[in-house]
Amino acid sequence: MILATILFWVFAVILVGAALLVVGLRNIVHSAIALVLVFAMAAGVYLLLDAEFIAIVQILIYAGAVTILILFALMLTRITGQPTTNPSNRLWPVAFIISALVGLCIVLAIMLSPHAVSDVSNGASQLPANINNVARIGQLLYSPSAYSYVLPFEIASVVLLVAIIGAIVIAREE
Amino acid sequence: MGLTLYHFLILGAVLFCIGLYGAIAKRNAIAVLMGIEIMLNAVNVTLVGFSFFNTVKPYATYLTGQIFAIFIITVAAAEAAVALAMVIAIYRKRNTVDVSEINMMKW
Repeated sequence: MILATILFWVFAVILVGAALLVVGLRNIVHSAIALVLVFAMAAGVYLLLDAEFIAIVQILIYAGAVTILILFALMLTRITGQPTTNPSNRLWPVAFIISALVGLCIVLAIMLSPHAVSDVSNGASQLPANINNVARIGQLLYSPSAYSYVLPFEIASVVLLVAIIGAIVIAREE
Repeated sequence: MGLTLYHFLILGAVLFCIGLYGAIAKRNAIAVLMGIEIMLNAVNVTLVGFSFFNTVKPYATYLTGQIFAIFIITVAAAEAAVALAMVIAIYRKRNTVDVSEINMMKW
């Protein structure tokens, strides 16, 4: 428990610091590298929450695929007429105030509203003893007989197909 | 002091705000996309946290929050692919990715 708490604070501090670097750095390639750190630390937080499958998927898809995609887009594009490659708007103080207000509202809502879930729990104990997280998610996603998410899973495949075709059609040379 | 649900909810909220600032204050379209990715990650942290601390009996064994997070990751990957294709297409037409100068839909 103590180790989990220490790990949580390490992950959380690096996560927030890296996210601040992403929005704060002047060079956008450095921002993209900081984004890798954000994704990796989020995967660590998922591991603390007994979500091993999501942690692995986070590393594979976010830290692997999305970051490479962003780096390729950075390689192919350039911002013009600016001293740096990651400039802010003229109205960035307004953006700061808006995001601070949104954050204040969320924190107030978290603190003031009653939760339907308990504050302290051991998530691992809720699953049967002989089944792990990955097997449970596999059952929930694929088994058509029990309570499962087969239909959303199939719809997600259609979404991915549309994304593939859409990306090709949009980015193709005329 | 052990970890409570509040730790993860506050972490998600802070991360969401940083992403929101990046999404509305940046001029480079790809930086806007990075802000959106940070926001999606914040939501995932919140959902997985709720899934971990959920003890309501029928739903706890269904791992609802984790399944939601998986679908969010799927849709976020699709969104990133399409959005970056759009950025590249716009760059080819306008020779910039400055969102302040991309005003084709303004009249």
